Amino acid sequence: MSNLLEVRQVSKRFGAFTALQNVSIEVPKGSIFGLLGPNGAGKTTLIRIINQITQPDEGTVWLDHQPLHQEHIKDIGYLPEERGLYKSMKVGEQALYLAQLKGLSKKDAKERLMYWFEKFEITSWWNKKIQELSKGMAQKVQFIVTVLHRPKLLIFDEPFSGFDPINANVIKDEILQLRAEGATVIFSTHRMESVEELCDHIALINKSKKILDGKVSDIKKEFRSNTFEIGLLAEHPSELLTNLKQRYSVAPADFKTIDDQFKLKITLDPKTSSNQLLTSLSEKAQILRFNEVIPSINEIFIKTITANE
Amino acid sequence: MSNLKLIIKREFIARVRNKTFVIMTFLSPMIFVGMISLIAWLATLNNDEVRKIAFFDETGKFESDFKDTDHIDYINYSKLPLNDAKDSVVINKMYGLLYIPNKQTNNELASAIQFYAEEAPSISILNNIESIIATKLTNQNIKEKGLDLDVIKNSRAKVRIQIENFYGEKTSKMTNYVKMFFGGAAGYLLMMFIIIYGNMVMRSVIEEKSNRIIEIIISSVKPLQLMMGKILGTSLAGISQFIIWVILGGVLVTVATAVLGIDTTVTATGFGSSIQAVEETQGETIASATALVLEIQKLPLGVLLLSFLIYFVGGYFLYSSIYAAIGAAVDSETDSQQFMLPIILPLVLGIYVGFFSVIENPHGTISMVFSMIPLTSPIVMLMRIPFGVPWWEVLISIFLLLGSIIFMVWLAGKIYRVGILMYGKKPSYKELFKWLRY
Repeated sequence: MSNLLEVRQVSKRFGAFTALQNVSIEVPKGSIFGLLGPNGAGKTTLIRIINQITQPDEGTVWLDHQPLHQEHIKDIGYLPEERGLYKSMKVGEQALYLAQLKGLSKKDAKERLMYWFEKFEITSWWNKKIQELSKGMAQKVQFIVTVLHRPKLLIFDEPFSGFDPINANVIKDEILQLRAEGATVIFSTHRMESVEELCDHIALINKSKKILDGKVSDIKKEFRSNTFEIGLLAEHPSELLTNLKQRYSVAPADFKTIDDQFKLKITLDPKTSSNQLLTSLSEKAQILRFNEVIPSINEIFIKTITANE
Repeated sequence: MSNLKLIIKREFIARVRNKTFVIMTFLSPMIFVGMISLIAWLATLNNDEVRKIAFFDETGKFESDFKDTDHIDYINYSKLPLNDAKDSVVINKMYGLLYIPNKQTNNELASAIQFYAEEAPSISILNNIESIIATKLTNQNIKEKGLDLDVIKNSRAKVRIQIENFYGEKTSKMTNYVKMFFGGAAGYLLMMFIIIYGNMVMRSVIEEKSNRIIEIIISSVKPLQLMMGKILGTSLAGISQFIIWVILGGVLVTVATAVLGIDTTVTATGFGSSIQAVEETQGETIASATALVLEIQKLPLGVLLLSFLIYFVGGYFLYSSIYAAIGAAVDSETDSQQFMLPIILPLVLGIYVGFFSVIENPHGTISMVFSMIPLTSPIVMLMRIPFGVPWWEVLISIFLLLGSIIFMVWLAGKIYRVGILMYGKKPSYKELFKWLRY
């Protein structure tokens, strides 16, 4: 799969402050790419560079195998974290205005807006002023404006903030639909559960540097610790525990069960396979549960950032 | 449609649809005309008042000289005893009592005349009375010296210096007043325009910032484009408002004069009457509205209009880009106060130099220097131009202005670009300077 966006060795300084230092990322075509990092790490600066709002001091950005230039603005749709609309302008008018700024003709813009307004069932808002709408309603309009010109690359910065769970779900489905239609999505958020759910690639930025990136499945493989959660029914639990503790590193586990089980978390050394553990366990107890502990993005995030401090 | 055009259109519509803008556009001329009418009406009221002045003439010489005028009725109390005369004036609430005692010589008499009044009498009335008595006494003196009054009258020479420049254009003092008026009005107008519409540009920048729409827009257009669009759109709105004012003002003045029957020479050309006043003190009453129109027609109106346009647009661009940069640097209008000095100071300086230096000496060093400095040149040069400025001076001044506009737009653009994405900061001048290098 080729990359839609490549950021190569980009650095950006504001006076004495370094916002980005030699950051490179590759966003494959058709992926949902999570751009993660703590507050102030440099995510917004990177996004602004991709949007040509800010120029990098060093490095280049390539979109569709071309260095970034003015015309690419039409290929990108950007929903910033700090977003709003003109308070005293009518919804329809400003949606048209913003669409035309992205290069759509008035006629096209109107047609597409009607499609989206009908889809979201908000046609009655057309002649309302933004100040009459709630925050969530205004966010919907902003989402429409972001995707209206059918950009190749969509950049969402905290897209779900301000939405109730139902509308957040609507937006999530729309993002997935857009990806299915061929768009590539960059997704910047602090909500790890939505990253877990949506992203197939991630990059982690901390203190102006990229400290981790790649396919989510690859990263998870890298972070697997050979740890298994086990639920057992044993006749002599204490004896079994002593026995297990001699051979493996054992920690108590906590998960929901029906029976009064014996719950453990066992970490194997690289030489031992899970089958060996399974065989030895099956001799001494009834195995009700046996599964590998998969590191969550959240754990990876915290682990990597803390290790980096 | 190009993005710049789209932005200009949006800004224009946003300004024009604004309620305050609409109200100001239609209400201001009405208030203005209303005020003028009110002042004119009050002036006529004042003039209609007839003042009663009693005189007590012990000499008996002046009886026939105090003739009633439109504003003063003279009443002869000479036959009453002086104290009764005084009481009578007080009881009848007359304006005052003029007391002319009997003295040996005219010179003694001249300094012995008294005026009794409740309040200090108006200067014009005193002048009137003094001139009546002075004429009488002078004529008497001339006769006593055995001179022929008619001979003296006929031999009095009237001097009116004709001013002519080396290209053969004739001028007069009146022309200078007209020039002063035109220059002053143009300079003052420009200052008002800059302050009103520059502030609008600034508010519109702050609005986009506080609405948080700015980042959405500059992901589509360049910040400089947005800034220029704002300045142009707002100035178009300003010019439309201006045109409406002129038309509406003209119509209203015509209607007001027709309906209320107010004397146009007093109201419409309040300036004309002030010239009249000036000329009158010199004993010449030649300035009429027609003479004024003739003088105005003598001015090089084409050149005036062209230079007015150039300096108007230039000055406005220079200042509104500063306003835009300030708007980008702050979060709210209240925070903008600390940056207002660099705008207000040169504007006020320009106006002061204009009114104190240009009018006194339009081609002096001070006027010349300030008409070159870009921040003051639009105002000062506009005031100088009616007096005739060498073309090369105007050219240098315009080039300096153009150069500084380009520089200022570039500078403002840099501050704007950084400022619009900075929230919750109240930057100092030092920080603004740092932004230039981002």
